[in-house]
Amino acid sequence: MSANAQDVRELVKNRSYGAGFVTDIAADTLPPGLDENVIRALSARKKEPDWLLEFRLKAYRRWLTMREPRWAHLRYPAIDYQSISYYSAPKSMAKRPKSLDEVDPKLLETYTKLGIPLKEQEMLAGVAVDVVFDSVSVATTFKKKLAEAGVIFCPISEAVQEYPELVRRYLGSVVPFGDNFFAALNSAVFTDGSFVYIPKGVRCPMELSTYFRINERNTGQFERTLIIAEAGSHVSYLEGCTAPQRDENQLHAAVVELVALDEAEIKYSTVQNWYPGDENGVGGIYNFVTKRGDCRGRRSKIAWTQVETGSAITWKYPSCILRGDESVGEFYSVALTHHHQQADTGTKMIHVGKNTRSTIVSKGIAAGFGQQSYRGLVRVLESADNARNYTQCDSLLIGDRCGAHTFPYTEIRNPTAIVEHEATTSRISDEQLFYARTRGIGEEDAVSMIVNGFCKQVFKELPMEFAVEAQKLLQVSLEGAVG
Amino acid sequence: MLEIENLHARAGDTAILKGLNLTVNAGEVHAVMGPNGSGKSTLSKIIAGSEDYIVTDGRIRFEGRDLLTLPPEERAAAGIFLGFQYPVEIPGVSNMVFLRAAVNAQRKHRGEPELEAADFLAWVRHRVKQMKMDPAMLSRGVNEGFSGGEKKRNEILQMLVLEPKLMVLDETDSGLDIDALKIVAEGINALRSPARATLLVTHYQRLLDHVQPDHVHVLSGGRIVKSGGPDLARELEEKGYGWLDAA
Repeated sequence: MSANAQDVRELVKNRSYGAGFVTDIAADTLPPGLDENVIRALSARKKEPDWLLEFRLKAYRRWLTMREPRWAHLRYPAIDYQSISYYSAPKSMAKRPKSLDEVDPKLLETYTKLGIPLKEQEMLAGVAVDVVFDSVSVATTFKKKLAEAGVIFCPISEAVQEYPELVRRYLGSVVPFGDNFFAALNSAVFTDGSFVYIPKGVRCPMELSTYFRINERNTGQFERTLIIAEAGSHVSYLEGCTAPQRDENQLHAAVVELVALDEAEIKYSTVQNWYPGDENGVGGIYNFVTKRGDCRGRRSKIAWTQVETGSAITWKYPSCILRGDESVGEFYSVALTHHHQQADTGTKMIHVGKNTRSTIVSKGIAAGFGQQSYRGLVRVLESADNARNYTQCDSLLIGDRCGAHTFPYTEIRNPTAIVEHEATTSRISDEQLFYARTRGIGEEDAVSMIVNGFCKQVFKELPMEFAVEAQKLLQVSLEGAVG
Repeated sequence: MLEIENLHARAGDTAILKGLNLTVNAGEVHAVMGPNGSGKSTLSKIIAGSEDYIVTDGRIRFEGRDLLTLPPEERAAAGIFLGFQYPVEIPGVSNMVFLRAAVNAQRKHRGEPELEAADFLAWVRHRVKQMKMDPAMLSRGVNEGFSGGEKKRNEILQMLVLEPKLMVLDETDSGLDIDALKIVAEGINALRSPARATLLVTHYQRLLDHVQPDHVHVLSGGRIVKSGGPDLARELEEKGYGWLDAA
């Protein structure tokens, strides 16, 4: 081992997690534990219609028969589902505030601290935000402006009351309640999340985004997002996530469903920065998420872009079902694991329609003791004539105690399919660092430059403002990875 | 400008430099020649600040400053440039981004303001033209997919952009065809000035036909065993290095 690699060890320090604070706020929290009564209580608190309670109970009963998946390349102690509280909301949210003026200033302050001012005049002009705090949505901005375009953007709990037909028609239509262990759990206990409906032919006039925040101790966050893009519509949506710095592990099990009808286009971007745990692997969020998009209409398009820097454990495979002829699915991912973080992430592209195309670009970065796995499935069904897939999956290692793994699966049942797969694993070498330093570039800057170069293909898919954020986040997350 | 005194260095347990002395004054071009494994590359890397070697004795001064305590980036800012024998690839980082980061990091270190984007671009374009390179290379990744010759040319381009005081060029002539060798030599000569110095580390005479050295040294067994004028290089070319051991 060279002198440099030795230094790398010594230089691995604490990263700074800026979002690690706790908001001290009175909360209405259900006691830990899960049974049908808890689900009934939760549903009653939200004054839900019977069909939704039924949906939850069916999911719960299915979940009881299921086993937690263990096929992922992840190691973590068994999760005690009875020790988690399944509902927590700030008391001040008991009566849903009608406007921002009625929202508890402490909550507003939380978001200001996180760099997300909710006063419309202070915000990024082109972005509407829904903010979810533990189990409830706190505020949604620019609702009026969006309503003028016919766009519905509101908490899903509100959509259940206001647009029950839409929710009932689409909820669980992409990710069925019994899809997998975590999706079943979410279907049973989901609390809030965003609902988006873009009417026929409408190009959403602004970026939509949801900001998820876990605050309360011992709670899980089970949000549910549903986006429906009617024929010929277009929407770009971004979600961000943070949580306080705690010694315990908290569970986040979300479900996201996207439906794109004829010629509709959904661009869904995620910047995930849940608390990753400390440098010894203590604490951090367990992030078990099911995200799936259904390109139901012909020539529809769904693009997932994710930048995953947080969470102790990430288990996440945003997928596309390319049902409509000529539909297009894309997945662009940057996942970073530092210290003891582990990520098993990738995508599924299911080609059903004719002339469907999918692109997968995955960039995994591992530093410290981080473990990074790409897991991807490309399935071409018999019906999918002339399907095309291109997969590129690259791993970058920093230091010599981390790991990167690739698990690509392909299932081709139509001989006209063309599927390409490229994979590389590289290391930020001592030579690269020395080279940059002999040109005058300091070690940290050199690392961040090399990593950004590695991620460039993905960052260019993010909306502009967020691409800059993502670069900064990556830099902070790598603090101390080398020099 | 550069004073090396009694330099001893090892890599792991292997002693490579064993009491090397060398003084390079401003305005001079020195060639250090020697057989494979004599410690030529080690010398250049140590001057640039490589941590692959451990200096066990002796010292290196650059313009009177103790060089051995400075990290590589500070040596670069002080005006030392190493042209690599095997330039490194940095995928996805364009040559333009890399050069700009390098120039601005050095300027910042010296307390100078960053260059305006337009001024920088004009400056780089000028140097690209001088090296007869395709300007499109600026948007390609650093040495990414470059041929051996292109990489060497890129080293000299970086040097022309950075305008160092001391140019240490490690086997820059290897892997170059004759046309590329001429362009590279012109690049080196373009920076020759009374205020700058050059240290050419090379196995062959070839480059010295185009970049005339003032002094030639033979490195063997980790020490300078013979020094002389340009004639010494030609003598080595004819007789090889064997006769030195016999002497």
